[in-house]
Amino acid sequence: MYSASDLRKGLKIQIDNEPYVVTEFQFSKPGKGQSLYRCKLKNMITGVILDPTYRSGDTFEPADLEERKMQYLYNQENEFCFMDVENYEQTFLSHEQVGDAQNYLTDNLEVDILFFKDKAIGITLPNFVDLIVTRADPWVKGDSATSDTKPVTTETGYILRVPPFVEEGGKITIDTRTGEYVTRVKE
Amino acid sequence: MSPGSKNRLFPQEQKRLAKRERHLWLRARMIHEIRRFFLERKYLEVETPLLIPAPLPEVHIDAIRAGDRYLQPSPELCMKRLLSAGYPRIFQICKCFRNEERGGLHLPEFTLLEWYETGIDYKILMEECEALIVSISEGIGTGKKIHCRGKEIDLTPPWERISVVEAFNRHASLNMETAFEKGCFDEVMVREIEPNLGVNTPTLLYDYPASLAALARLNPHDSEFAERFEIYISGLELANGFSELTDPQEQRTRFEKDQLKRRRYGKEVYPTAEKFLKALAYMPEAAGIALGVDRLAMIFSNSPKIDDVVSFTPEEL
Repeated sequence: MYSASDLRKGLKIQIDNEPYVVTEFQFSKPGKGQSLYRCKLKNMITGVILDPTYRSGDTFEPADLEERKMQYLYNQENEFCFMDVENYEQTFLSHEQVGDAQNYLTDNLEVDILFFKDKAIGITLPNFVDLIVTRADPWVKGDSATSDTKPVTTETGYILRVPPFVEEGGKITIDTRTGEYVTRVKE
Repeated sequence: MSPGSKNRLFPQEQKRLAKRERHLWLRARMIHEIRRFFLERKYLEVETPLLIPAPLPEVHIDAIRAGDRYLQPSPELCMKRLLSAGYPRIFQICKCFRNEERGGLHLPEFTLLEWYETGIDYKILMEECEALIVSISEGIGTGKKIHCRGKEIDLTPPWERISVVEAFNRHASLNMETAFEKGCFDEVMVREIEPNLGVNTPTLLYDYPASLAALARLNPHDSEFAERFEIYISGLELANGFSELTDPQEQRTRFEKDQLKRRRYGKEVYPTAEKFLKALAYMPEAAGIALGVDRLAMIFSNSPKIDDVVSFTPEEL
């Protein structure tokens, strides 16, 4: 159990059987009054935001969360399938749950899948992934303001800007936290 | 020597303290001006012990234990014993300690300015507060118009005066009586009222419900209210003052009520401050106030967090 004084940004708690993460937190205590803990909470499944005010006697159950190492297998009708690398169990995440992460999902990529009470609810990517460039237009010299980069398309369909020397068929490293090009991969 | 000019080993700490140095200078000058103000008005500066045997039984203020004593949550009891002994005007700048109070506006160890004057009531004390803040602002050269937390505030007296009842009527979605009945007085104060206080001039919020004033005198014309007030600047609570209760019997009854509440909430019940109660019988009419020095430094330096105006926070030790 957590008490109100444990509340802080990033703490994950359970309310009405759903997991919430504390996204904002403010301690206040009006003149000789009781301690108040004003929070913004984000539902980790639905994304719904709450802004409750708690008091010093309040207690909270920690959210029953677990991360498992899993491999990405395939995507079918907007369901993304992952397999546990230890016991080969398969699990699915929806298009919405995967979100921007689908820009970086390639076959057999190892990711962390977040479970709440044995139900998959989210995905954490490795910070860096390698993707093959499937389409790269030749660089036009002196091409206006963005002349030091050009757009390319990767094997996942993700489009980003890269330096002019990147060619079709080449492999590049991307930072999944920013979505930006990091370096060319030498094979 | 500026902080860390010789030492390159702690770049993070060096950077943090270099940023705070300007605020610490302002804080030091502010404290100098406070002393000048009170010494010119013939107040005696006193130091009372930080380690005390019997803290006030305030329901929502928890003391920190130190051996068989406590670190003082406020210097109130010892200072009033000095009034009882015949000291007419005293002030103190000291550290106070309150358990589990930490946030953007709170430190568990903080600096309080507390002063008392005999023969005056809370209305006169309000005027003295106006004079003090103006005198500090002139002394440190910020002028009477200050920028604080996104607002421009004019410190020129008279400041806005509004009773707690009026503040609920003007700023809250329900009146004070209803808030009390629903048990959400504090929540409404924090969420709906405080952000509207002290936005053009500082605000003096006065006449609190009798149950929210442990050591204040009740209004002789309306015993539902206590002669207590708070100062707000840009939504920030700066000070809490009142006409002092001088009836030891009434004070003992209030202490017992609060001790009972503490027991009911499962909180530690402190020994009763018997020597204080004994001295109270000899205390003349007086008014006194506690003002947060760290908060005042936040206001004058336009700092969003209390961390910005101290050398080290508990987490940085």
